[in-house]
This record gives sequence, structure tokens and C-alpha cells, in this order.
Amino acid sequence: MVNIIWGSFIVIGIVYGLITGNIAAINNEIIESGNAAFNLIKDMTPLLVIWMGLMKIAEESGLIKKIAKIMTPLLSQLFPKIPKNHESIGYIASNIAVNMAGLGSAATPFGLKAMAKLQELNPDKKRATSSMITFLVLNTGGVTIIPTTIISLRLTYGSLSPTIVIPACIIATLSAGVGGLTLDYFIRRKNDNT
Amino acid sequence: MTTLSFLLLPLLVLYIIFYGFKKKVNIYDEFLVGAKEGLITTFKIIPNIVAMIFAINILIKSNIISDMFIFLEPYLHKINLASDILPMTFLRSISGTSTLAIMVNIFDNYGPDSTMGLLASVIQGSSDTTLYVVALYYGSIGVTKNRYALSVGLFSDLCGIIASFLLVYLLF
Repeated sequence: MVNIIWGSFIVIGIVYGLITGNIAAINNEIIESGNAAFNLIKDMTPLLVIWMGLMKIAEESGLIKKIAKIMTPLLSQLFPKIPKNHESIGYIASNIAVNMAGLGSAATPFGLKAMAKLQELNPDKKRATSSMITFLVLNTGGVTIIPTTIISLRLTYGSLSPTIVIPACIIATLSAGVGGLTLDYFIRRKNDNT
Repeated sequence: MTTLSFLLLPLLVLYIIFYGFKKKVNIYDEFLVGAKEGLITTFKIIPNIVAMIFAINILIKSNIISDMFIFLEPYLHKINLASDILPMTFLRSISGTSTLAIMVNIFDNYGPDSTMGLLASVIQGSSDTTLYVVALYYGSIGVTKNRYALSVGLFSDLCGIIASFLLVYLLF
């Protein structure tokens, strides 16, 4: 599916650019898009390095295990395939907590670490496990209690009540999460292998 | 409430260090071990990020997504909606930076407290950039067979967007 999406984005973009005579912009993008990617990486790298370092401390001190122990009863319903008190649960829970606070970019290192821990449980290293997919839904459709970027931008653009959108944002992400998890549940039940 | 969210990270760092001290971990050495792992992870995901941004930016710069909705303009006016916002629904799963740019543009043209501004805010807050997260998370561990991950992720986004429209029309 990634093949199809990736390829058709490029084909559609270039063909449509040719038809509408907008090809100069596309040409420019082919040259420049690498820059945009590297800027993103430049922003992300220090954050990853710092948090992966801190998380290593948390792992060695047993903090991640402790979080996993606390969160296992709650999350084992969603992740029946993860062994009890496994460290991945600790990272998944931390990822969700940081996401909830609206600190999306700081949540990424926890998410990556959770994936690495889930990969340890994976018998086929090239193939995503059902736990990985459930985690993905929880991550993208995860509830943001405080959408920090949106609120600060609303404030910047002169909103009289920048936080008025919070309840709607919460219900909207909740719908996304519940919708995604429901579909995930039915797919998982249908082909119950890893 | 936003201050509360800014408190979280400093307190988390404090707790991690404190707990490390308590358990007598060589915190500095362990930090370096983890930091090195972090650097390797970033290095591993560079190709995935470059590949995704390459394709996404070509699609966006061709303007096809914004053009797609222009013909709907006359109908949209009847329900108090401008066509500017519709590309957001398509782009939400693909590119977080471009939906953010559209949101800012809408704040600029209609104001953040207008129906359009509120709708843009809620759509932006409804989900994360699924395609990017898939590329990043699966790329970092070398998983190439995503199975039904994208279908479920995109369906989740769709639910969020439908909910955004319903909520804004019901609540505001």
C-alpha cells in the first residue's frame, strides 16, 4: 500500500503539473524537497538524542518497568499479545501521556522506543505485528488534551477565546481513536495470527 | 492549562534523574549510551523521511488538492463554508506542516473565532499525520510489511475529520 501511495503521489503531482503548466514549481520542488526533509531531521535529531539518553537512565533504574507494571492492567486489553509488565508497555504509556499534553514532538522518542521494544517480541522482523498496528492507531488517533500549537497560534491571530476549541478537539481525537481501534479490533479478530 | 503542559517535561526529566540517583545508576554513562542509540535511530530514518517528503511535496506543489475543491465553491457558500478549508481534510493524514499552514491562512483571512477558524483548529487537533508516523515508526525498526496499518490509520483520521465537522456545526 505504501508503494501505491508513494508512487501515485509523484505521478499525479508531475502529470498534473505538466497539464496545468505548473511544472516550474514541481521542478523546483524536486531540487528543494531534500532540504525540507533535512530541516525536519535537523529539528528532530537533538530531541531524539536527549530523550533516548534520558530514557536509557529510566530503563536502567527500572522506572520504565515500574510504569509498565502500573499500566499493564489498563493497556493489556488493547495489547493482548504483549507479555505482562513488558517494557514496551512503559514506553507506550509514556508516549500516550506526552501526546495527551500536546507535546507531540517530544512524544516521538517514546514512540520509537516502544516500537523497538515491540520489535524484540516480533518473530518476523520485516512484518508489522498486530500490537505495532494498534499502537500506531493509539498514537495518531491518540487524545490530545491540550493542543498547545493550535492554542498558541489562535492566540497569536487575535482569538478572544483561544482555548474554546479544546473540548471539540478532545471529542474529535476521541472519535478518531475509537473509530480506528474499533476497525483494528475487528481486523485483528478476523485474522488472529501474531 | 497550557502552563500545566509546559510543566510536564521538566518534571519528567527531574523524576528520571532523581529516580536514577535513588537506584544508584551511572546516570551520565547511561545517558551517553542511550544518546548514541538515538543518533543511530535518527540516521536510520533519514531515507524514510526524505522519501516521504519528496513525494508529498511534489503532490502539494502541483496544486491538485486545492484545485480539486474549487468547483464545489458555489455549493459550499450555501452552508457557510469556504473551499480553502477542504484541502485540510485530505492533507491531514499526509502532511502536518501543510495543514498547519492552511490553518494559519484561514486565521488570517477569516479570523480564528469564525466558523472557518474554529473548524480549521478542530481538524488540525483531530489527528496526527498518519503517513509520516507510519514511515517514521516502521522505518526506524526496519519493518517493511505494514499490513493493514495504513488502512486503520487513515480510517481513524477519517473518523476524526467527520467528527470535527459535526462538532463545529453542533457546538458553535
